[in-house]
Amino acid sequence: MQRLYSIFWLGLKEVMSLRRDWVMMALLVWSFTLSPVMEATGVANSVNNASIAFADEDNSPLSRALATAFFPPEFQPVVQIEPGSGPTLMDAGEFIFVVAVPPGFEKDLRARRKPEIQVLVDATAMEQAGIGANYITNILGAEIHRFAIGIDLVAPPAVDVILRSAFNPNRDTVRFAGIVALIGQIMWLTTILTGAAMIREREHGTIEHLLAMPLTPFDIAVAKIWANAAVVLVAASLSLTFVMQGSLQIEIAGSKGLFLLGTALFLFTATALGVFLATIARSMAQFALLVMLVVLPMLMLSGGETPIEGQPDWLQVGTLLLPSRHYMAASQAIVFKGAGLETVWPEFAWMALLGAALLATSLVLFRRSVAQLS
Amino acid sequence: MIPEAASEFHVAGVTHLYRKHVALDSVLLDLPSGQLVGFIGPDGVGKSTLLGLITGAKKLQTGTINVLGGSIDHPAHRRRICPAIAFMPQGLGRNLYSELSVRENLEFFSGLFGQRHDERDTRIDALLSATGLAPFEDRLMGKLSGGMKQKLGLCCALIHDPKLLVLDEPTTGVDPLSRRQFWALIDAIRCEHPKLSVLVSTAYMEEADSFDWIVAMDAGRVIFQGKPAALKGQYRDLETAYRQLRTRDAPGPAPGQASVRQIEPDPVIIARGLTRRFGDFTAVDSVDFSINRGEIFGFLGSNGCGKSTTMKMLTGLLPSSSGEALLFGKPVDARDRKMRLEIGYMSQAFSLYGELSVYQNLQLHARVFAIPDREARIAELMERFGLNAHHEALAAALPLGIKQRLSLAVAVIHRPRVLILDEPTSGVDPEARDTFWALLVELSREESVTIFVSTHFMAEAERCDRVSFMHAGRVLAEGTPAELIASEEADSLEDAFISVLETAEQPAPVVAPKVDVGTKTKATGGGIGRALTYTRRETIEVARDPVRLAFAFLGSAILMLVFCFGITLDIDELDFAVLDLSQSPESRAYVDEIGGSTYFRPTPPLNSAAEGRNRLRAGDVSMVVELPPDFGRKLRTAEPTEVLATVDGAIPFKGETVEGYVAGLHQTFLDAQARENGEHEIEIARIEPRFRYNQSFESIAAMAPAMPAILLIMLPAILTAVSVARERELGSVVNFYVTPTTRLEFLIGKQIPYIVIAFLNFLLLAAMIVFVFDVPLKGDPLPLALGVFFYVWATTSYGLLIATMTSSQVAATFATAIASVVPTIQFSGLLQPVSTLEPGAQMIGSLWPSSYFLHLNVGAFTKGLGWEALAPDILALACFGPVLTLIAALCLRAQEK
Repeated sequence: MQRLYSIFWLGLKEVMSLRRDWVMMALLVWSFTLSPVMEATGVANSVNNASIAFADEDNSPLSRALATAFFPPEFQPVVQIEPGSGPTLMDAGEFIFVVAVPPGFEKDLRARRKPEIQVLVDATAMEQAGIGANYITNILGAEIHRFAIGIDLVAPPAVDVILRSAFNPNRDTVRFAGIVALIGQIMWLTTILTGAAMIREREHGTIEHLLAMPLTPFDIAVAKIWANAAVVLVAASLSLTFVMQGSLQIEIAGSKGLFLLGTALFLFTATALGVFLATIARSMAQFALLVMLVVLPMLMLSGGETPIEGQPDWLQVGTLLLPSRHYMAASQAIVFKGAGLETVWPEFAWMALLGAALLATSLVLFRRSVAQLS
Repeated sequence: MIPEAASEFHVAGVTHLYRKHVALDSVLLDLPSGQLVGFIGPDGVGKSTLLGLITGAKKLQTGTINVLGGSIDHPAHRRRICPAIAFMPQGLGRNLYSELSVRENLEFFSGLFGQRHDERDTRIDALLSATGLAPFEDRLMGKLSGGMKQKLGLCCALIHDPKLLVLDEPTTGVDPLSRRQFWALIDAIRCEHPKLSVLVSTAYMEEADSFDWIVAMDAGRVIFQGKPAALKGQYRDLETAYRQLRTRDAPGPAPGQASVRQIEPDPVIIARGLTRRFGDFTAVDSVDFSINRGEIFGFLGSNGCGKSTTMKMLTGLLPSSSGEALLFGKPVDARDRKMRLEIGYMSQAFSLYGELSVYQNLQLHARVFAIPDREARIAELMERFGLNAHHEALAAALPLGIKQRLSLAVAVIHRPRVLILDEPTSGVDPEARDTFWALLVELSREESVTIFVSTHFMAEAERCDRVSFMHAGRVLAEGTPAELIASEEADSLEDAFISVLETAEQPAPVVAPKVDVGTKTKATGGGIGRALTYTRRETIEVARDPVRLAFAFLGSAILMLVFCFGITLDIDELDFAVLDLSQSPESRAYVDEIGGSTYFRPTPPLNSAAEGRNRLRAGDVSMVVELPPDFGRKLRTAEPTEVLATVDGAIPFKGETVEGYVAGLHQTFLDAQARENGEHEIEIARIEPRFRYNQSFESIAAMAPAMPAILLIMLPAILTAVSVARERELGSVVNFYVTPTTRLEFLIGKQIPYIVIAFLNFLLLAAMIVFVFDVPLKGDPLPLALGVFFYVWATTSYGLLIATMTSSQVAATFATAIASVVPTIQFSGLLQPVSTLEPGAQMIGSLWPSSYFLHLNVGAFTKGLGWEALAPDILALACFGPVLTLIAALCLRAQEK
C-alpha cells in the first residue's frame, strides 16, 4: 500500500516537473496540434498535380479529344511536345508521363487495326507512377471506348464492374494521414518524454537520492511510466477531440473510448521503450541519437506509411514483433472501419504481451545499470 | 620594461548581467603586471565572470577592460594579444579533451599556436618532465587523477609561452599535496619568467596568503584590492578578515565547533576491508573504520579518491566488491526497506528537484517516507532550517547556501539515526557553511545522530570528532584532528595530511620547465594549420566514441534497410473473398481471373454480404467481390449485368492500387470472353505503359537510389551539429574563444572529418544499392562521386549552421533531424516529383541541396546519365557548401555571452 502511495506521489512529481519544463511543454503542444495538421493536409498520397505531356503525331479529332481528358487536381494541364522529345524531357524531370499517339491512330482504329498508344512513365516517381499509369490507361481507354461506341465500332460491355471504396467513400486522404500522424506523435513523444525524464534524473544525480530512500528501481520506473503515459494519453485525447475531430473534421467510425484504451495499452509499451533506451544510453545526447535510430524504423514499418503487404514476407513476420504495427492496425480498424473489441482484441493481446516483455527487460536492465552507478 | 606597466590591466565600470542576475556590478580594478594576483571569494560572487572577461572568453557588456596595452573589446587588439594569453577555465580539465591522451592534448594546443613539430616536441617534453607527467603521456586525459588533470591543464596553458596566465580555481577539489606542488610549480615558472603575470581565483582563503596582490569579491563587487597583509590587518587569518569585510559586524564566536564531548564507543557504522573495483580500476581499496553513535566522522580527501564510492557502499547504492559494511551491526542490504529508513543521504551535487518549490520538495519526501505527522514535521523543519522565507520559491532559484540547508532538511525529514553527507558544503560561502555546521552539531549532540561527512576543506575537517585521510582509494590515517596533528608533528591538519601523503607516495620534484628553442620560432601553417589541428582532434575523438561511430555507419545502413524494405510500394498477394450468388461456370471463370493473378490471393468464399463486411473490417481481406445471382445467365444472353467490388479504402494508397488492379483484371476477363465467343475484341486500341528506367517497375529500383538523399543529409548534419554543440556543452569551446583560431578555421576544421565520414557512408550505401538491392549503377561513377562530395559538404555545413543556433546536444540532434528531414521530404521530390509541386514549393525545392542530389543519384543509378546530364546538378550542389559554411561562421559567436 505504502509502495503504491509512493509510486503515485513520485509520478505526480513527474507531472509537476514537466509542467515547468517549457521546452518539453512546447514540444508537447506542437506535436499534438500543428504538427499532425501539417502532416495530414500537406501530403496527398495519391496522384496529385501530376505533369503530363502529349506527343501527338496523329492530330485527329480523337487524339485531340484524348488530350483534353485530363483534369486537375490529379493532372496538370496537358503540354503538347515535339514527337521524340519525350525521353529527353523526362531525363530532365520535366514530366512524369508522356503520351505518344502514333500517326494515323484514328484511321487505324476505325479499320480495327488495333493501334497502340504508348504512355511513357517515369518509374522513379514511385507513388505517382503506378497509380498514375493506371489512371491514364483508364482515362484513355474510356475516352477511346466512348468514341468507338459513338461510331458503332463496338457494343457497350456486357458486364460492368462497380468499384466501391468501403470505409472511405470519398477517398479522403486527410483522415488517414491525420490519424497516422497522431499515432506517430504519440510514439515519438512518449519515448522521448519517458527516456528524457529517466536520464535527467541520472544526470542531475537525483536518482541516487531516490534510491537511498525506501524505493526500489521498480518503483521509480513505474512512477515515470504511469506519469508520462498519463500525460500523453490526456494530450492524445484532447488532440483527438479538438484537432482531429474539431479542426480536421475527421470522422471516427468506431468508439473513441476503445481507441483510447488501445492507446493506453500502447503507451505502456512506448514508455517501457523509453526506459529501455534511457538505460542503455550513457548521456542525453546518446539517447537522442538512439531514439532516432529506433523510433523511426518502428514507425516506418508499422503499416502507417506504407501497407504491410508491401514488405517482403520475412519482414512481415518480423514486424509482428513491433507493438507499433499492432497499434496501427487496431487504430485503423477502430477509427476507419468502426471495429469493436470483438475484432481488435488479438491486436490488443499482442500489445499487452509485447509491452509486458519489454517492460520486464527494461526493468531488469535498469536495475543492473543502477547497480553500476559510480 | 614597458613604461605603462602599471596600467597593463585596467578594469573600469564593468557590469555583467545574466538575464536579470547581476554577476558583476560596476567593477573598477587596476592590477599590477608581472605579479601573482589572486581573486578570492566563495562561489557565485563573479570571479569566473571577471576572469572570462579579462581573457576575452566572454563578451564585454558594459565598461572597459584594458589588457596588455589595449582594449580587449577591440577585435583587432584581441586577435593581436590572443597568443600572449593562456586561460585555464574552472572545473578540472574542462578545456581538455578526455578522449585524447596527455600528449595528444598538448599537441592540439601546440597546433593552435602554429608551432613547428620540432619546437612542439621540445616544448612538450620539457613541460611533461617538469610536471612529472612524462610517464603518463599516453594515458587518456579522462583517466587522470584530479591533480594530474590540473597539471596537464597548466602544461597546455604554458605551451606557447604566454605573457598572461589566467587560472580559474585551479586547485578546487585537488588534494593538499598536489595543491602545494602546484603552487611551487607556479613559483618556479615565475622565477624563470619574471615578466609573466598570473591571475588566479580560489575559494581557499588560506592559499591567498602567498599571493602578491589580492582582489576580494562579494556579490559582484570588489570589496578589497591590495596586498594580503593589508587585508589581513589585525585578524587571525584571511578568512576571518574576509568575513569581517563582508558583514562589517563584530566577530561572533566561531560557530559550529563541536563541543568536545566524550563519545561512548558504540559503533553504528563499521567497514571492514571494504573494496570496490570498476573493471581493473580499484576505487576503494580495503577500507576499515568504525563510527560511534552521535559522532561526527569526517572523510578528508581529493576529488576522485574514493570518498563518494565508500559512502555509496554504506548507503547500499553500490554493492561492494569485497569486504563488508555493517550498519547497526547488520550488513548493508539495498533491499532492506527498514534500513533505508534509518539513513539520511545527501549526495555530492545538489540533488533535489529544482523545478519544485521548497515546500513541494519536503512534501514529496515526507510522502515517500510515509511520515505520519507530515505537515507538522515539515513546518518544524522549515522553522528550524530557516526556510520559512522561501516556502514557495523554486529550489533551483535558491542561493547555494539555502539549497544546502534544504537538502539537509530533506535528508533528515524521516528522523534517521545515521546521516551520510557527501561534500555537502563545496562552494558555499563561509557564513552559510557555519550555519550548516551548527545544524550538524545540533543533530549530533542533541539527537545523537551519527554523521558521516566528506569534505576537501581542512577547516571543516577540524570540526569533526574524528577524521580519516583518504587518498587513491585507501585510508592513510585516522584519529581526532588533534591526534593526527600530534602524530605527524605538524602545525595544522593540512600539514599533517601532506606529511601523511608524502610518506605514502614520493612527490615529483618541482622544477620549472626549461624550453631551449630560442626566441619564438616563426609560426607555420597559419589558419590552415589551425583548422587541421581541429580536424585531427575531432577525428581522434570520433574514432574513440563507439556510439557516434556506430550511429555514423550502422545508423545509415539500418535506416537504408528499413526504408527500402519497409517503404516498398509494390503490393501483391492481397487477400480477397468472393460472394458468388450465381455459382455458374461464368462466375467461376471471373473469380479465377482475379484469383489467378499475382495481385490477389483467394480466401474461403463468403456466405453473406454481412460476412464480407466483417472480414473487411477485421482486415482479413482487402477486397470483397460480389457476383449477382443471374450473372451467368445474363452473360450468356448478353444482357448487361454488374459485378460489385468493395475495396478496403481505409488506407487510400492501398485502396486505389487495388481498384486499379480490379479494373485491369475485369478488362482482361471481358477480352477473354469476347475471344471465346468469336466476337470482336473489346480492346480496339492498345494502351501500353512503358516504365522508363525501371522496366519491371519494382519500387526498390526507384527507392534504393533515392534514399541516400535523405540519409546523407540527416546523419552527417546531426553528427556535425552534435560535435559543435558538444564543445559548447562540455566547455572546451573556450579554447576557440581564447586562442587565435578564427570562426572559419574552427568550423571547417571540425567539419572535415564528417565530410569524410559521410563520403565513406555513401560508398557503403552505394554498395548496398548494388549488392543488396540489385540495382546496378548504369551511369558514370566519377561525376556521381564529385556530386556526392559537394552534397555531403553542403549537408555538414547545414549541420554547422543549425549548431550555431542550438545550445545543447539534444536540441542540436532533434532540431537538425526535423530541419533536415522535413524540407527533404516536402520539397526535394523524394515522394512527390518536383514537377508536381506548386510553384512556391518548387522555389523552395530549388534552394534545397537534396533536390539536386536526388536528381543526380537517381539519374546516375537508374537513368544511366553521364557528365553532360549531371553537370548542372554538380554545379548547383557545389554552391551550397561554401555558402552555408559562411553563414554558419557569421552566426557563430566567437565569445561567450
